[in-house]
Amino acid sequence: MYRTKIISHRGMKMQVSSLRPIEIIAAIGRKAITYTSSMGAAAIFFTLAFIKIFYPRQGKKIVSQVYYIGANSTLIILLVGLFTGMVLGLQSYHALIKVGAQGAMGTLVTLSLVRELGPVLTAIMITARAGSAITAEIGIQRISEQIDALTTMRIDPIRYLISPRIAASFISFPLLTALFDLIGIIGGYISGVLILGANAGTYLYRVQASTDMKDIMDGFIKAVVFAAIVSGVSCYKGYFAHMRTDSHGAKAVGMATTSSVVTSCVFILIADYVVTSLLLI
Amino acid sequence: MAEPLIEFKNVTKRFGQKTVLDGVNLKIYEGEVTTIIGLSGAGKSVLLKHIIGLLKPDGGEILFRGKPLAEMSRVEKIENFKQISYMFQNNALFDSLTVYENVALPLVETSNMDRKEIHRRVMERIEQMELTEAVDKYPSELSGGMQKRAALARALVTNPHIVLFDEPTSGQDPVRKYGILTMIAQYQKRFGFTAILVSHEIPDVYFISNRILALYQGRIVFQGTPEELEHFDHPFQDEVIKSLEELEQELTGVYSRRLFKVQNRHQLMRKLGDEHFCLFLFTVEPPECQLVHEIGFELARILNSRGGFTVRNSMNEFIAVLPYTTLSEGADMIKNLTNDRWRDLHLPSGTVIRVGSTIGHPTDEINSLIAKTRQGEKEIVRF
Repeated sequence: MYRTKIISHRGMKMQVSSLRPIEIIAAIGRKAITYTSSMGAAAIFFTLAFIKIFYPRQGKKIVSQVYYIGANSTLIILLVGLFTGMVLGLQSYHALIKVGAQGAMGTLVTLSLVRELGPVLTAIMITARAGSAITAEIGIQRISEQIDALTTMRIDPIRYLISPRIAASFISFPLLTALFDLIGIIGGYISGVLILGANAGTYLYRVQASTDMKDIMDGFIKAVVFAAIVSGVSCYKGYFAHMRTDSHGAKAVGMATTSSVVTSCVFILIADYVVTSLLLI
Repeated sequence: MAEPLIEFKNVTKRFGQKTVLDGVNLKIYEGEVTTIIGLSGAGKSVLLKHIIGLLKPDGGEILFRGKPLAEMSRVEKIENFKQISYMFQNNALFDSLTVYENVALPLVETSNMDRKEIHRRVMERIEQMELTEAVDKYPSELSGGMQKRAALARALVTNPHIVLFDEPTSGQDPVRKYGILTMIAQYQKRFGFTAILVSHEIPDVYFISNRILALYQGRIVFQGTPEELEHFDHPFQDEVIKSLEELEQELTGVYSRRLFKVQNRHQLMRKLGDEHFCLFLFTVEPPECQLVHEIGFELARILNSRGGFTVRNSMNEFIAVLPYTTLSEGADMIKNLTNDRWRDLHLPSGTVIRVGSTIGHPTDEINSLIAKTRQGEKEIVRF
């Protein structure tokens, strides 16, 4: 693959290797094929898991996962939502007061949260808390042959392990996003009205007047898209942790977990731009 | 001979450049205990995973009751695989589920039984495996032996016709190893399933196996009974069986039957010439694993120190050979054993040890000597 040539430097001869252009193109092509086929595999994996949500005996498992992914994430969402709202209130008050438009603070805080920050930050927080745990748990089940054991017991591992997590994500993400939005608006009220002294009536009026149903629905659409991304990526990375070529065993699970968090976050931001563009058309 | 339950015809499996199974041909018959032996990394587990359908062959075909798996419809395959349970080498218990939930899992997820029936069947298996106290414990809270029993309970809860055991004794101490093998033998007799074991516990697996398959360099080089394996002339004998037997003997002091024959024929003839030896046959009842192991270990310790050697003849029988010993000297020695040693072992009540003895000569046929000794067996101790 490498072409070698001898070069001379200050009287010393050295052998160096370099790639031929065609080999560079071949390497890029190989990467592209691998990436495309893995995207295809992920799409099939996700579709199968989605269909199997509606199979019998799923209710109890879905409720259990809603508790794990959703209910257990409540505290962290409350904290992040509150301080995000407070920072928004703080920044917008000081920015708007310079142009005498501090009355628009409620609009700025609410629209920022409902349209963008709510769905995105909620998704990123759930990725960090639950997405990483999903990948690690499924990855460990894979390397310790628990998934093979399911197959030998004629229990479909995708139905048993993956579908409930995906269903739970579809339920939890919008609910947690709504909670984030609400607590963020309260955070803006605390910092803008209670601490900095902006008018309470104006703030609340602006919150109510500037938000219409479309803004809320757009936020929920994003939350559902992010739920698909986070649950799909987390489950896929864990489920195929044993097929990693860069590592094996526990290390493979560790790397799959890191990869799952990074990939989810990147995809969330890309999807955010794409979905926002589509919703604004 | 009857139609094989499972048959491999020229099955080949490759992982990258490495050929793990290279044209494997084998037959497994219904109702028998078949053990696949071979060195670590020989492809035994790979072979087992082909039977359950976890792996698919690159070449050749696998037949189930005479019909190739590749030609079966999806429903037919599911029906066939339904009859099979698999006990993994590392148990593969779900660590987030309790013992009860683990055992109940296949019934809850794949059957339409009501809760009461599931509970009844799960508790029945749990009680049979003596895991009643561990029912609410998680696998990480159990000992290695208990985890094995929990995995076995899960494998048997669906009443399978075929149970595959992937190195069921790996990582266990000799006492637990015998325990697990005894457990498999007992349950196979009780439930009548076809057992397929992967193991390198030679010679212990001989005592519970009807048939042995020897996997060597990607091929099955031997298929037959344990007795037939003793006459098998192949490098596998030297490279695999001898080394494993010697390791076993080193660990426990108890010779394998094959090594015993070698001792009997060569060492005794060389040492004794025309002299006689005293042969004892010890039988332990009940054939409970730990008990048999402890008694065998004690026998080997005592008799080997007196210039003899001890051999495990079956699951609960030991043969001891003492050169230059008359029957009366042998009887005295047994009497001393009865008085002193057995009491120190603190054996459970109900344990019975019977002994028979005879005088043998190095040129005598060993099986007829053993048969003669068995006829004269007498109970020497009962707890």
